[in-house]
Amino acid sequence: MKWGVIRFPGSLDDGDALWALGEVMGQEARALWHKDETLGGAECVVLPGGFSYGDYLRCGAIARFSPIMRAVARFAAEGGLVIGICNGFQILCEAHLLPGALTRNRSLSFICQPVTVRVENAATPFTCAARTGDLLRLPIKHGEGRYVAPEAELDAMERRGQVLLRYVDPRGEASDAANPNGSMRSIAGVANERFNVFGLMPHPEHAVERALFGQDGLKLFESIVLSRSSSRLGEESAAR
Amino acid sequence: MSGIAVSLAGEPAVDAELARAHGLSPDEFALVQKLLGRMPTFTELGVFSVMWSEHCSYKSSRVYLKTLPSRGEMVVAEQGENAGAIDVGDGWVAVFKIESHNHPSFVEPYQGAATGVGGILRDIFTMGARPIASMDSLKFGSFEHPRTRYLLGGVVAGIGGYGNCVGVPTVAGEAMFDAAYNNNILVNAFCLGLARKGELMSARARGVGNPVLYVGSATGRDGIHGASLLASAEFDASSQSKRPTVQVGDPFTEKLLIEACLEAARSGAIVAIQDMGAAGLTSSSSEMAARGGLGIELDLDRIPLRQSGLTPYEMLLSESQERMLLVAERGREAELQAIFAKWDLHAAVVGKITDDGRWRARYRGKIVADIPVRALADEAPVYRRPAAPPVKPPERPVPLRAHPAPRAALRALLGNPNVASKRWIYRQYDSLVLSNTVVGPGSDAAVLRIKGSRRGLALKVDSNPRACALDPYLGAVSTVCEAVRNVACAGARPAGITNCLNYGNPERPEIMWQFARGIEGLRDAALAFGLPVVSGNVSFYNETEGHAIPPTPTIAVLGVMDDVSRRVTQFFKAPGDLILMVRSGAPSLAASEYEAMFGASAPGLSPIELGREKKLVDGLVVAAGSALIRSAHDVSEGGLAVAIAEACFNQELPMGAALDGVDAANPSELFGEGPSTVIITAKQGDLSSLSRIFTDAGLECRVLGGVIAEPRLRIGSALDEDVRELAGIYEGSLPGRLQGDDS
Repeated sequence: MKWGVIRFPGSLDDGDALWALGEVMGQEARALWHKDETLGGAECVVLPGGFSYGDYLRCGAIARFSPIMRAVARFAAEGGLVIGICNGFQILCEAHLLPGALTRNRSLSFICQPVTVRVENAATPFTCAARTGDLLRLPIKHGEGRYVAPEAELDAMERRGQVLLRYVDPRGEASDAANPNGSMRSIAGVANERFNVFGLMPHPEHAVERALFGQDGLKLFESIVLSRSSSRLGEESAAR
Repeated sequence: MSGIAVSLAGEPAVDAELARAHGLSPDEFALVQKLLGRMPTFTELGVFSVMWSEHCSYKSSRVYLKTLPSRGEMVVAEQGENAGAIDVGDGWVAVFKIESHNHPSFVEPYQGAATGVGGILRDIFTMGARPIASMDSLKFGSFEHPRTRYLLGGVVAGIGGYGNCVGVPTVAGEAMFDAAYNNNILVNAFCLGLARKGELMSARARGVGNPVLYVGSATGRDGIHGASLLASAEFDASSQSKRPTVQVGDPFTEKLLIEACLEAARSGAIVAIQDMGAAGLTSSSSEMAARGGLGIELDLDRIPLRQSGLTPYEMLLSESQERMLLVAERGREAELQAIFAKWDLHAAVVGKITDDGRWRARYRGKIVADIPVRALADEAPVYRRPAAPPVKPPERPVPLRAHPAPRAALRALLGNPNVASKRWIYRQYDSLVLSNTVVGPGSDAAVLRIKGSRRGLALKVDSNPRACALDPYLGAVSTVCEAVRNVACAGARPAGITNCLNYGNPERPEIMWQFARGIEGLRDAALAFGLPVVSGNVSFYNETEGHAIPPTPTIAVLGVMDDVSRRVTQFFKAPGDLILMVRSGAPSLAASEYEAMFGASAPGLSPIELGREKKLVDGLVVAAGSALIRSAHDVSEGGLAVAIAEACFNQELPMGAALDGVDAANPSELFGEGPSTVIITAKQGDLSSLSRIFTDAGLECRVLGGVIAEPRLRIGSALDEDVRELAGIYEGSLPGRLQGDDS
């Protein structure tokens, strides 16, 4: 399938996302320039990690005003698949395409380390290749990844199944010690109400090769491929 | 020809007093007047003072640096360009260099360290190479000193703040804490870049009439006299007032500059390019012209400025960050400007290359500086300063009264911040971005793959100031050996050296002697290993009120692997594997962490036989290449017992070790550090082929014991410890000392 990886000024993991999708997974992945106003026919848009515009203001606060973000908002409104990783997650929250916000880590410092996340809802386009309860080992690397939202909103999100990933210990239990950044309810990744926009702090694109960090990140990208091919099948049979 | 240049209204009159305030000696000021044939203008005085500063001119070290081997069949670019380069095969060239940012980091730790990272990155991408990895060597005072926690926190945050934001992984490093650095910390930053062979950029100006372009951030007043006043003088009580000479970094602009410069390099429209580092516009313009044997003319009215009202003096001496100067092919300016505009960066034509060998600056219709290029670059004073060994013998720790029990010693050493895990530091650095890091921080050397190739690169930075303080020659030799050995432990063939030489005030004969002996050690070791010293940096004046730091040559080594899948880490892999010890000589407690903690008992450093060191390294490379090694770990701080414990600390699954082949009654066997010892594990079936490699070379190689599944560390009857408990001490040390600063 066709993927578009947005390159904002200050994007850093854009090359890694292109490598993971294109070279490792054999997908058709292209870079999209932040000044572009179209998505070049991408079936899934990736907002990569990095420090867009230096993130000197609030993370993602400037990137959301990039010309391409208008196209992303339209694409999401039409039901297109959008995934934001780390800085991409921050941008999606700033753009109100996802609920909540990402604030400074509890430790007040940047953290680069492996984490274990538990798949909380496998019935989404981003997690359908996994099973609910599966544990994935992924790296995090961020200074502002502490997920926050009003309690009432969190309750509603949990009810609707919008919390897709939660930080847990290696046995699969959520705990304060296993929560690397102080995120509310140990939340590592959330979807919107329509389940076509997904943001997560861990980096699946850095966990696609055995030699580097293992391959657990593939599960999430494979889910997208799987859901896309089944929805294409659905579109085709509906057309017939 | 003296050239005509004028001071501007309101500028101070140039005289001997003003020259002295600029750090020029009376002789140097006389030489300036002789070379010019007249009194310098105020602007020219400023220019001479920075270009002839120790930091820029290497005037005290140059005669020594010339003696280092810089050639080699794999060397592509030698010293003289912005960084050294080595052919690593498959059409790739590795560019690498290490540089100090000591004084700025002591005055303002966050920005000092951040701009140190930024500066070394620019030295790499100015060569046309994409920066792919950073390392840092850090020296702080003891934890008892009130500023240490502040400095450590600031420096680490600064390195991370810049490196993480610019998208270059920080993959390895070292950190040490000692009271000798209480008032003068060291921050040495290393960067490695990769370029396609034949696509390296030059810093040599060519082509009379070619335009000179200024790209990157606008110029402000920051960093003026950073090189001359901050980096080239001792510290004293007034040093804090020098804070305004520290620059402020902007990693976002640096990231844009990397992308824009690499894109511009591919266009073929660039003739020469150089970073505006120390002494900014002045050094970049004069050095490029000097290398080409040409002249250069700058029009200061066209310099992009951050604020109005900067004088020519300020523009020429500013050390504002994230700026580059380049010489373009005439007629292709617009093409280059379009590339920089795409990345939202300034690219202004600010001058041109001339044929008259003059460095000339114009401002509002007046010539404010007109100096022979050679006077700034090549004719700077060169000193062979007096060198003499110190009268007093080196300070030693108090004599040891009684050796502690091995169990107590091991636990104390694992909790010693110089031995303990540096995870608190490196987890603040992005070590993963760019998807090349196959061995990250925490093992002996980092290993990077090269995408699209089977090859890999290993890198490590080391220093050994305790040994250098006892014997500056042997200390330097042992530092090179250690860095080389670490790279070999990862399975890579050492290929090149870069160095950062941190010493005290060179105007003192004993410091100059330390430096001269250090250079001799570096040279002898490099020659013995057949390694070129491709780049380097000297940092003098690391002293405060007469107290110099111990001599600290920091050595970084790059190694090449033909097959990156043959990489080796320090961690034990599987129960049943044999644990072997290979060594070149008998270890000693002299200059060890054990001695620093418990007291001195050894008379002095053991001699080092470089021939045997090379055989040890060659053996490691051959054995790793033949896939005979499962893990390899260099014995360094804390000695054999600590090395075994560290090898047990496998993050995925802690291992145990049972050793009967160690003379556990002898503290120097358990905790001695030098010369070289390596702990290797191997499958039982590989024992004979493996040990033959080392015994045939005349080295001691014997089985100490085996890896066990039960996480216990047993050494004879002396030690029987729970590995998880030891790991807790090892991991808990730095966070415990920094409690309140981080969770």
